[in-house]
Amino acid sequence: MFGKLSLEAIPYHEPILVMTALVMALGGLVVVGALTYFKKWKWLWTEWITSVDHKKLGIMYFLVALVMLLRGFADAIMMRTQQALAAGGSEGYLPPEHYDQIFTAHGVIMIFFVAMPMVIGLMNLVVPLQIGARDVAFPFMNNLSFWLFVAGVALTMISLLIGEYGKTGWLAYSPLSGIKYSPGVGVDYWIWGLQISGIGTTLTGINFFVTILKMRTKGMKLFRMPIFTWTSLCANILIIASFPILTATIALLTLDRYLGMHFFTNDMGGNMMMYVNLIWAWGHPEVYILILPAFGVFSEVIATFAKKRLFGYNTMVWATACITILSFVVWLHHFFTMGAGANVNAFFGIATMIIAIPTGVKIFNWLFTMYRGRLEFTSPVLWTLGFIITFTIGGMTGVMLAVPGANFVLHNSLFVIAHFHNVIIGGVVFGMLAGLTYWFPKAFGFTLDEKWGKRSFWCWIIGFYLAFMPLYILSFMGAVRRMQSYANADWQPLMIVAWVGAVLILCGIVCTVIQFIVSIRDREKNADITGDPWDARTLEWSTSSPAPFYNFAHLPNVGSVDAFWEAKKEKGMAADKPTQYEDIHMPKNTVAGPIIGLISIVFGFALVWHIWWLAGVGAIGMFVAFLMRVFNDDIDYYVPAAEVERIEREHHKRLEMQA
Amino acid sequence: MTTQTVNQHESHAHDEHEHHDAGAMKVFGFWVYLMSDLVIFGSLFAAYAVLMKGTAGGPSGADIFELPLILVSTFLLLFSSFTYGMAVLAMHADRVAQVKGWLVITFLLGAGFIGLEIYEFHHLIAEGFGPDRSAFLSSFFTLVGTHGLHVTFGLIWMLVMIVQLFTKGLNDKTRPRIMCLSLFWHFLDIVWICVFTFVYLMGVL
Repeated sequence: MFGKLSLEAIPYHEPILVMTALVMALGGLVVVGALTYFKKWKWLWTEWITSVDHKKLGIMYFLVALVMLLRGFADAIMMRTQQALAAGGSEGYLPPEHYDQIFTAHGVIMIFFVAMPMVIGLMNLVVPLQIGARDVAFPFMNNLSFWLFVAGVALTMISLLIGEYGKTGWLAYSPLSGIKYSPGVGVDYWIWGLQISGIGTTLTGINFFVTILKMRTKGMKLFRMPIFTWTSLCANILIIASFPILTATIALLTLDRYLGMHFFTNDMGGNMMMYVNLIWAWGHPEVYILILPAFGVFSEVIATFAKKRLFGYNTMVWATACITILSFVVWLHHFFTMGAGANVNAFFGIATMIIAIPTGVKIFNWLFTMYRGRLEFTSPVLWTLGFIITFTIGGMTGVMLAVPGANFVLHNSLFVIAHFHNVIIGGVVFGMLAGLTYWFPKAFGFTLDEKWGKRSFWCWIIGFYLAFMPLYILSFMGAVRRMQSYANADWQPLMIVAWVGAVLILCGIVCTVIQFIVSIRDREKNADITGDPWDARTLEWSTSSPAPFYNFAHLPNVGSVDAFWEAKKEKGMAADKPTQYEDIHMPKNTVAGPIIGLISIVFGFALVWHIWWLAGVGAIGMFVAFLMRVFNDDIDYYVPAAEVERIEREHHKRLEMQA
Repeated sequence: MTTQTVNQHESHAHDEHEHHDAGAMKVFGFWVYLMSDLVIFGSLFAAYAVLMKGTAGGPSGADIFELPLILVSTFLLLFSSFTYGMAVLAMHADRVAQVKGWLVITFLLGAGFIGLEIYEFHHLIAEGFGPDRSAFLSSFFTLVGTHGLHVTFGLIWMLVMIVQLFTKGLNDKTRPRIMCLSLFWHFLDIVWICVFTFVYLMGVL
C-alpha cells in the first residue's frame, strides 16, 4: 500500500532535523495564517500562482531561489562548522551519514534550486522587456516550467523530513549511486527532483529561444539586441542542447536502480565511466548556462553606470558565441584521472585553456567600458568590480586545473572546491545580486536601499576571500574534498579562518534581508516614477516601473544598439505620449500549470517510495490535466484600448506630477 | 480587465501586434523541441555503442534479432509516415473527412508497429533475455523502448487530434497541432531508420 514508506522514515531521533522541521512548520504556519488573516488566498491564486505574466514568474523564481539560498547556506555553514571542529581525532558534531547528505544537498540546491532559478528568473523578468515583446512565445508553458521547477524543490525539501537525501555528492557518480551501494531512497529523491525540474528547464530553454528569435520588436536585428538578451539566447541554446543529456543520464540511472539494468554497474557489462562522461557532457555546459547570463548582467550594469556604450559590443557577442560552442568540447577536464590517455587529456586540456581567450576578451571589454567613463559607484557596480577581480582569480586557478599534469595532483582536493566557488560565487552569485539590485525597480516600482546593499557586498566579498582562499592553501597541504573529519591538526587553523569567512557571508545574507525590509519600508521615498531610475540604455527602461502587464502600450521601434538611450538623446525625454491606443492581445491565466506541477510532486514522491498505484494515479492525473488544457479554447483575450489608455494616462499623470 | 474571448474579436487579427503568426511560432517551437529530443536519442545511441559488446556471457544482437519481423514493423512505420503525409495534404485542401480517414489509417499502422514491438520484447523476456540480463540488453531495450514510448505518445496524440477534428474541425488551433504531430511522426520515422540500421542491421553483421 505504501511501498517502502513507513513511520521509521521520519527522523524524529535526529535533533537537528526535528528542529528544522519545527522551524519550517512554524514558518509555514505564519505564512498560511497571514494569508488567511489578510484574506489573500484568492489574490495569491489569481495574481501569482496561475499567472502567465513573465514578470511575475520571474519574481516567483527569484523568491524561491532566495528561500533555497537560505537552505543551501545553512548546509554550507554546517559543513564549515563541522570541519572547523573535527580535527585530530575529533568527530565534530555531524556523523558521516548526515555530513554526506549535507554536502550532496548543498551542491544540488545551490546549482539547481538557487543559481538556475535566479538566472531563469532574471531572463523571465528582463528578456521580453528588452526585446520589446508583450510576453514569451508560450506563456502557458512558462507557467508550467516554473511549477515543475517548484516540484523539484518540494521533493528535495521533503527528503529532509521523510527519509533521507543522497550521500553521493551532487552528481551522484555511479556505481556509488547504484542500488547496490545506495539502497536507500536518497538517490531516488535526487533522481526525481532533478528529473522533474530538469524537464521544466528544458521547456524554458525552448520557450526563450523561440521568444528571442521570433518576438523581437520592429527594427531589433540580432546585432541590436542588448547583451543580456544575447547571453540569455546562448544560455538557452545550451539548455536545449545539454539538458536532454541530463534527462537521458538520469533516466538510465533510474532504470539501473528500478529495473535492475546494467548501464553503470560494476558487473554484467556495465560501464560506470560512461556515467561520468554523460553527466559532465551536460554538467560543463550547465556552468556556462549559469555564467553567461551573469556576464550579460555585468555588461548592462557597467554600460549603464559608466554612461558609455559598451566597449566592443560585437566582440562581446562573438566571445559569448565562442564560449557557447567551446563549452561542449571540454567536459573531460572534470576527470583527467580517468585514464583516457595522454592525447585525449591534452586535447581537452588545450580546449579548456582556449576558453580563457573569449573570457579574457570580455574582461577587457568591461575594463575599457569603464575607462574614461563616469562610473557611479552604486551597489550593482560594486558587485561588478568584485566580480572582475574575483572571477579573474577563479579563471586563473581554472586554467591551472586545466593542465592535466597539475590536475593529477589537484584532483579531488580542496583546490577544486576553492576554484569553482571562486567562479560561481564571484561570477554567478555576484552577477545575480547585481542583476537583482539593477532590475528590482522594474519589477516593483522602487529601488533597493543602497546603504544595506553596499554592506551586503562588503560582507560577501571579504567573507568569500576568507572562506575560500584558505582552501587553496589547505589543498597544497593535502586536504581533500568531502571530509567529515581529518587527522592532521595542522589544517585546523585555516579551517577556522574559512569558518569565519562563512559567518561573514552569513552577515552579507542578513544585510540583503535587512535591505529588503528597509527598502519596502521606504518604498514611497525610493519610488521609481519615471521607470528609468538609472538613466539606462535599453528598452526595458522605456516603460513604467513596475511595467504594466502588457509591457508596452505601443511596441517600440528600434534603430540601434541602446535604442532607448538614443531615443532619449534625440527627443530629450523618454516617454512621449501617444494619442491613440489599440486593443492588446494577451494570454489568460492557467490552472493547468500549477495543477500539473502539484501532481508531479505526488508522482515523484510515489516513485521515490515505490508506491506504484499512487504513481499511476499521478501519471494519469497529469495527463488529464494537460488534456483539459488542450481542449480549452478560452485561453486568451483582448485588453480594450480604453483600459490601456487609462493605465497609460495614470503613468503620465504621475510623471507630470513629479516634473 | 475584461475577459472577452478571441472569437468575439476576429477583427483584431490583423492589428499591428499580430505580426508574428502564433501557429508558425508553435511549429517552430516544436522543431526546437524535436532537436532537444534528438539529443536524448543521441545519448541513448551513444550508450548503446559503448555497451553493445557488454553481453556478459549472454546473447549478442546476432543471436536474438529476427530481421523478418523487424522488416515488417519497419514497413508499417514507413507506410504510416506516407499516410500521415496524405492527411496533411488533405488538411491543406480543407477536406476534414479525408484528414480523419488518413489519421485513422496512420493510427492503425502505428498501433501495428507497437504491437510487433511488444511481441518482440515479450518474446525476448520470456526466453530469459530481458533488460537485466546484460548491459547490451539494457541499452537495446532502452533505446528501442524509448522510441516505442515516443510512438505510443504519438498514437495517443493522434487519438486526441481525431477527437478534436470531430469537435472543433480544422481551425487555427488544430491545424498547427496536426502539423506538429506530423513533424513528430516523421521524426520518429527517421530515428527508427537509424535504429534499424545501427542496431538491427549492423547487429546481425
